[in-house]
Amino acid sequence: MVMERRWTLYDPRLAWMLVAPVLVLLIFFLVLPIAVMAAYTFFTFVTAGVETSALTTANWHEFFTDSYYSGFLLKTLRVGAITALLCGVLGYFPAYFIWATTFRHKWLLLLLLIVPFWISFTIRTFSWINILGEQGVINVALIKFGIINEPLPMLYNEGAVILGMLHFLLPYMILNVYVSLEGIDRTLISAARSMGCTSAQAFREVTLPLSLPGLAAGLLLCFVLAAGSYVTPQLLGSGRDALFGNLIYDTIMGELNWPMGATLSIVLFVVLGFFAAVYTRYMGMSQIVKGLGG
Amino acid sequence: MKLTTTKRLERLHDRHANGDLSRRTFLTLTAAAAAAAGLDMPWMRRALAAVQEVRFDGWGGTVQDAIDKYAFQPYTAKTKLKVVQGTFGDEDEIITKIKTAKPGDYQVIHSSGVNYYIKYVNGGLTSEINEANIPNMANVLQPMIEPFRKLTPKLSAVPYDYGTTGIAYNTKVISPEEAKEKGAALLLDKKYAGKVGGYDDMTTRVWYAALATGQDPNNIKDMDTIWAKVRETRDLAKKFWSSGAELMDLLSKGEIVVTDAWSGRVAALQDQGQPIGYLDPAGSYAWMEDMLILKGSPMAECEELINFMLDPATSIAVAEGQSYPPSLDPTKVKLTEKIEKLPAFDKTGTMKSLTFADPTYWATNEDAWTKQWNRISKGA
Repeated sequence: MVMERRWTLYDPRLAWMLVAPVLVLLIFFLVLPIAVMAAYTFFTFVTAGVETSALTTANWHEFFTDSYYSGFLLKTLRVGAITALLCGVLGYFPAYFIWATTFRHKWLLLLLLIVPFWISFTIRTFSWINILGEQGVINVALIKFGIINEPLPMLYNEGAVILGMLHFLLPYMILNVYVSLEGIDRTLISAARSMGCTSAQAFREVTLPLSLPGLAAGLLLCFVLAAGSYVTPQLLGSGRDALFGNLIYDTIMGELNWPMGATLSIVLFVVLGFFAAVYTRYMGMSQIVKGLGG
Repeated sequence: MKLTTTKRLERLHDRHANGDLSRRTFLTLTAAAAAAAGLDMPWMRRALAAVQEVRFDGWGGTVQDAIDKYAFQPYTAKTKLKVVQGTFGDEDEIITKIKTAKPGDYQVIHSSGVNYYIKYVNGGLTSEINEANIPNMANVLQPMIEPFRKLTPKLSAVPYDYGTTGIAYNTKVISPEEAKEKGAALLLDKKYAGKVGGYDDMTTRVWYAALATGQDPNNIKDMDTIWAKVRETRDLAKKFWSSGAELMDLLSKGEIVVTDAWSGRVAALQDQGQPIGYLDPAGSYAWMEDMLILKGSPMAECEELINFMLDPATSIAVAEGQSYPPSLDPTKVKLTEKIEKLPAFDKTGTMKSLTFADPTYWATNEDAWTKQWNRISKGA
């Protein structure tokens, strides 16, 4: 007797078929390039723009023995963490406001969050030069009103870099927290209030704990994006305010040293991947997906 | 008369039938033809079709605007051949892109002279120009061509313009007398701490440190004092700029009041009425630029384009537009008064009044010094 193998709704073969195109894309456009980069870390640098495939561990040796690189890595993690925390503090309140408001056209508020994405990231970053610069809006206004005599040095320092990254990352944080707040059953807050909680207590005991997954997802996202950024430090910072991404850029584009540049890229990938893995282990990725997908 | 594939096969068959061709040879040729026909793709036909455009990559801004307006647009009008343009802020950036692209994707580069020519040569990216196709090369200054020919007897590039990296200063803050008196030392004047700028480039930084320490930039004896001076400038600097546009922005907005600067960009600012002065101190860094044809480019079309660009009328118009003297020999071609007044212009045609970087010396030290400069610029 011939057994007929019929397709079922949850047939694993169907699942594999549906997932196959994405898998192929991921392998060719993510896994393979990273593998090539990893291979490059063992290539030998000859001179600017020239390398050979003679295998060496010199690049890794240089990375592990030269404190210049570890110093920049730590600094990058510090700046990334500060930016993420500031995003968390500054982003929670607008998210809470959008969630709690009874304004009929809430979609308009959400649209306002997305509007900045319609303008080029580089132009948005450049705009800070016209705001923070010596002849920028703030300095000109302060001098005109006689509050200061000399322009304040607000540009080309770490503060300007963090400000630029806040500008770019805040919407990600707000959206993540908002999605998390939207998932809260509002009757829980009513129940807390009916049991004698003040508004502040209800927020502290119910709303805040239940929105923490969104906050954590936002923190991770902002941290990874800030730590991997190089355009903002390039435009708004001085040389001293460079981050690890700028080191990679200079090594590949300036020194034309691809093997060392590949080594630094893999290091940043592994370090940021480690933080993402820790987050996934304890919180899961679903919250970030929700936050990004709306 | 062109033969079709079918006709060719029929002839082969006839020769085989007549005994002129062995069976093995006939089958081999037929198989090769079949494979070629089977592999024939629509894009191959397009690729083999006549060249419709040439790709050019340059420095953008006022320089490229002038090249586009006075060379490319008239060239396209004359030949119907389009010049597709790209820009870069730093030539290493475009070299990286060329390395990752297919030969022919990038074709003509407005390159920074012999120092960079070595990088293209080392990277196996150069082509071989048929100079007979560029008759206007006869007017190009021989002292500009010679350094290229020393590296590759068969040229891949043709010198096009030259200039200097001198000192630009805000005349509202620094008087021309003070600038003349202090010269390159202005970049190290503590009075202007936090208002100093500079090109984010190893060669420029080391060159000016050599001048500040009284050393010959083409034969530096004490690198420790050089790096100490580079650090001194870094600590006084507000920002090291990385493109001509950024230089102009920083100077015109008053963010910096003194910087080393490209003569042509300063001339462009002066044309806009900005209060910017310029001087070339003794030993000022002179450089030349060339039109480099990359390997894999459509040579005949690229050579034709460069020949058009070197035509005296075109070259003079571009030079006036970009404010850099052309590579034309002033003893052979009558240049305009405006060009003769440009900074760095050498009326003798010998280029002896300008100090260029010795390409061999700088190429020897390039890797180590670039790495060290990158570190110092980041606070090391």
